[in-house]
Amino acid sequence: MAPKDIIDTLAGIEPGSTLDAIRARRLQARENAQKSYLSLFEPIDAGDFSLAERSAVAAFVTWLHGESPVAAFYREKLAANADGAALVEAIKSEIERGKTSGPYGAFPAGPLSVENKAGLIYRVSAERRPELGARLVAALEHAHLLVFRPRDAASADMKALLAAGWSTTGIVTFSQLVAFLSFQVRVVSGLRTLAAASA
Amino acid sequence: MSTVNPPVVFTQDELGWVSWIDPLPEAELTERHFAGLVDRARAKSEYFRLLVRDPEVLEARTKTDKDIFYNVADGLPRAERELAAAATSRYNGCIYCASVHARFASTYSKRREDVQRLLDEGVGADLGARWNAVVKASVALAETPIAFGPDNIAELRRAGLDDAEIVDVINGASFFNWANRLMLSLGEPSK
Repeated sequence: MAPKDIIDTLAGIEPGSTLDAIRARRLQARENAQKSYLSLFEPIDAGDFSLAERSAVAAFVTWLHGESPVAAFYREKLAANADGAALVEAIKSEIERGKTSGPYGAFPAGPLSVENKAGLIYRVSAERRPELGARLVAALEHAHLLVFRPRDAASADMKALLAAGWSTTGIVTFSQLVAFLSFQVRVVSGLRTLAAASA
Repeated sequence: MSTVNPPVVFTQDELGWVSWIDPLPEAELTERHFAGLVDRARAKSEYFRLLVRDPEVLEARTKTDKDIFYNVADGLPRAERELAAAATSRYNGCIYCASVHARFASTYSKRREDVQRLLDEGVGADLGARWNAVVKASVALAETPIAFGPDNIAELRRAGLDDAEIVDVINGASFFNWANRLMLSLGEPSK
């Protein structure tokens, strides 16, 4: 029986439960989902993507999926930073503007174009831009794209991040963080749903 | 500028992938990077030499991926884990990821025509009760906000999946919401 990890905590899985036993059959996946979380939120080197930026992006991304224990967890993580409470407020107002349903976006021009689905192109509000700063503004706008319309991504989006002061390595870690959270929030939701259906 | 020839339809053909930002040059890889790559042969891939800029995250991601898909000591057959990956990729719109995992789904299921119908018709293709349940669950998980609910669990159970197999569907589909976002946003496929 392994000690509770972050997915257990967020999904409410107790040691010795049926789901704990099922997760133990994929021990390497279990351990490495945990290592993914730790290497993103307790990295060896946060020089290209600060811890405060990581928790701000995480709070935004998980909250965009709707209110959940996962969103609450990352919001608390952000609030624990210096100036974190102000950032939580800023992100809360941005969530109101950015909330929508996905996935949407365009396919490469051709036979798939009939499946194109238009939707919100989110931009940080003018009044919040000075407070968030160029790096976080670019990060939140790109994170919104990754969450809701990843198929719209283009090389110009990479240029926008570079222009806002992101390094190439910073972009890789930032993309991993948003993509990892897209995984984590779904595993937690799926496992919670399964546990409830088995109760 | 190398010539990129992007595919405009979903396919089971082998595709290349071209990065929009600079991967690490092979000559600059250290032991820390090789640990991140897990398989040394991945040093030949532009995608992995880009992700290896953060070796610890790549290593953990790779090992998560391998266990979810390759550990078939028990649980859901490999073909249906690949089906979950392909359906997620089809729905999110990742032509590259869909090509790889559609090929794997075809190889392990021997149902190449059905897999091709998923690619051609989309996630609404009728593939029989069991595959339909896996595809529908994957699609519900891919939606934001997440639409996966008790109806998906009931449908998977009716199709004969036990709880451990349902967890394999949840893991496989969820993992592709990670993979699709990297593949779609850091570069593009090329024929």
